Amino acid sequence: MDRLEQEIRDTSKGMTPIVKTITRFAIGIIVIFGAYIILYGHLTPGGGFAGGVILASSYVLLTLAFGKDMALSKMGNTAASILDNSGALAFVVIGLLGFTGGYFFYNFLPKGEQFQLFSAGFIPLLNIAIGVKVTASLFAIFMALSIFGRFIYQAAEGEERESEE
Amino acid sequence: MQTYYPLFTAIPLAAAFLNLLLSKISMKVSDYIAFLVTGILAVMAVRMLFEAPFIYAVGNWRPPLGILLVSDGLSSLMLVIINVIGLLAVIFSMKYMTTYTAKPKYYSLFMLMIAGMNGVVITGDMFNLYVFLEIASIASYALVGFGTGKRELEASFKYLVLGGVASTAILFGIAFLYSITGTLNMPDLAQQLETIGMTRTVGFVVALFIMGFGLKASAVPFHAWLPDAHPSAPAPISAMLSGVLIKALGIYTIMRIMFNIIGQNELISAIIMFLGALSMVVGVLLAVGQSDFKRMLAYHSISQMGYVTIGVGLGLNPKIDPAVAALGLFGGLFHLVNHAVFKSCLFLCSGAFEYRTGTREKHEMGGLVRKMPVTSTTCSIASLSISGVPPFNGFWSKLIIILALIKAGYWIYGPIAVLVAFITLISFIRLQTGVMFGKLPEKFSGVKEAPFAMTLPLILLAILCLGIGIAYPWIDYGLLQAARDALLDKMAYMNYLIGG
Repeated sequence: MDRLEQEIRDTSKGMTPIVKTITRFAIGIIVIFGAYIILYGHLTPGGGFAGGVILASSYVLLTLAFGKDMALSKMGNTAASILDNSGALAFVVIGLLGFTGGYFFYNFLPKGEQFQLFSAGFIPLLNIAIGVKVTASLFAIFMALSIFGRFIYQAAEGEERESEE
Repeated sequence: MQTYYPLFTAIPLAAAFLNLLLSKISMKVSDYIAFLVTGILAVMAVRMLFEAPFIYAVGNWRPPLGILLVSDGLSSLMLVIINVIGLLAVIFSMKYMTTYTAKPKYYSLFMLMIAGMNGVVITGDMFNLYVFLEIASIASYALVGFGTGKRELEASFKYLVLGGVASTAILFGIAFLYSITGTLNMPDLAQQLETIGMTRTVGFVVALFIMGFGLKASAVPFHAWLPDAHPSAPAPISAMLSGVLIKALGIYTIMRIMFNIIGQNELISAIIMFLGALSMVVGVLLAVGQSDFKRMLAYHSISQMGYVTIGVGLGLNPKIDPAVAALGLFGGLFHLVNHAVFKSCLFLCSGAFEYRTGTREKHEMGGLVRKMPVTSTTCSIASLSISGVPPFNGFWSKLIIILALIKAGYWIYGPIAVLVAFITLISFIRLQTGVMFGKLPEKFSGVKEAPFAMTLPLILLAILCLGIGIAYPWIDYGLLQAARDALLDKMAYMNYLIGG
């Protein structure tokens, strides 16, 4: 029995083994879909923000099903903060690189052929930068909110136990 | 400089995120980053004063397709105010913010706020203006609640809710404008509205904008957030909010939209002048009874912004003599600059007093002139400026506004402005006697002068108060005149669409 199996059977943290098993299958698909929305942002509806929200929702699902520790072991607070800031910084830096073509946010990369994956110059790069930022910051916001939630939950549980006794 | 115009927003944005990354390695580095960035921006802003008006097409997308940045007399003036006061506030923060935790986060939010305000001022695109307005607003919501005490969080929440309502009104207004013109480019909007005229939709948009931007400028019926938000913020942020933010997000946007896009209109002028007069009277009457130093200053901000608003409103009136309208607008712009100088000085002074004595209550202080001579002197100079005592700078701008009101035949507003100046003087004399003169309480016998990093910005601002005032009769204020002419010449603004 590997570590993941143990996590699934462990009923003390998170939800029931049924939810955990489904989450295990679903999460890979969600991540792939989010990555697709980001990478094809310049060709199809969607883009960095929409894809980033989907990626962040995969982490939220992980937190809901397996508990907070599991999600934080995948992306800690410091890692989220670093990804968040470097995503935003990358966006500004790409904009500044436009000065090589003489203008701020000038699309300095070759445009390529229409409707191909590698086209539209620097727009896919901007989408990736936004995607990273939105994923990390939405996850960080969710975690920040759940700090309060967890504390209140424990206090309530303690009161219940006292009343039972 | 023309090539690098977008750097006014790009540098502080990049620095805000870089600062948070680097502060994970060393906490000390954020002081230097903030100082360096605001220093560079201040130098750039001063250099912008010597540039002729120009436009900048972001990403080389020609207007009206892409985002347009416009540089003219008004935006250069605002850039100087924002970035110079920003630099002084950062110098002040270096010592003052050691009393708070999480200094790097403070500097990052500060730079986001600067980026937002610079963006609002340089942009020539309506939606771009909204986005930068939100960046600056959201950063300021967080900064108001930075102390995370009970009162700070309450003030921040109140500010957030009211600011959110204002932003929604502004967004609605922009959406309506887009629905009738099909463009968001501001010079293009001005051209389209010239042919459409004042229809009912445009009138509704004007109402939404007066409400939305009026709340950001804290004109009186929309002022409820300000007396809580300004005292709760750390002192340098109060100085930025009162000295710069309410001007860049409120008055500047009202001026730009009403003059350059909608055009002069008698009804709008009457409404704005009424709001200005109401702000002057209500603000100063509420200020007199306050015992909290910063809360009193916050109410005076409302009152002083009333002077600016009434001057701007006078300039909007097409029915009166154009020379008088131009004089009123000049007075309003002059008072805007002066208010930025003396009000940030006063808020920084209150911060310096609080840093050493640990209180903001006026009746708990007293006799501090013997213990903190530099802070007290600068505070006195700024108080005299705001009260309109000659030869300080506030005197001239108030005089010009009152003269213009009388010349235009506003026989009620003119005397009201004089009366408000008197009440302001009384209020500040009470402040002086309460804080600096009188008996020194026993517990403050060990109080020392504030550290150099805090007194330096105070001294510079006090010199500006005195210098602008004394030099006024001899200096030709070309800078203010350029800003005034940029506003009054709607034709020139529309021509930015075809490249100035």
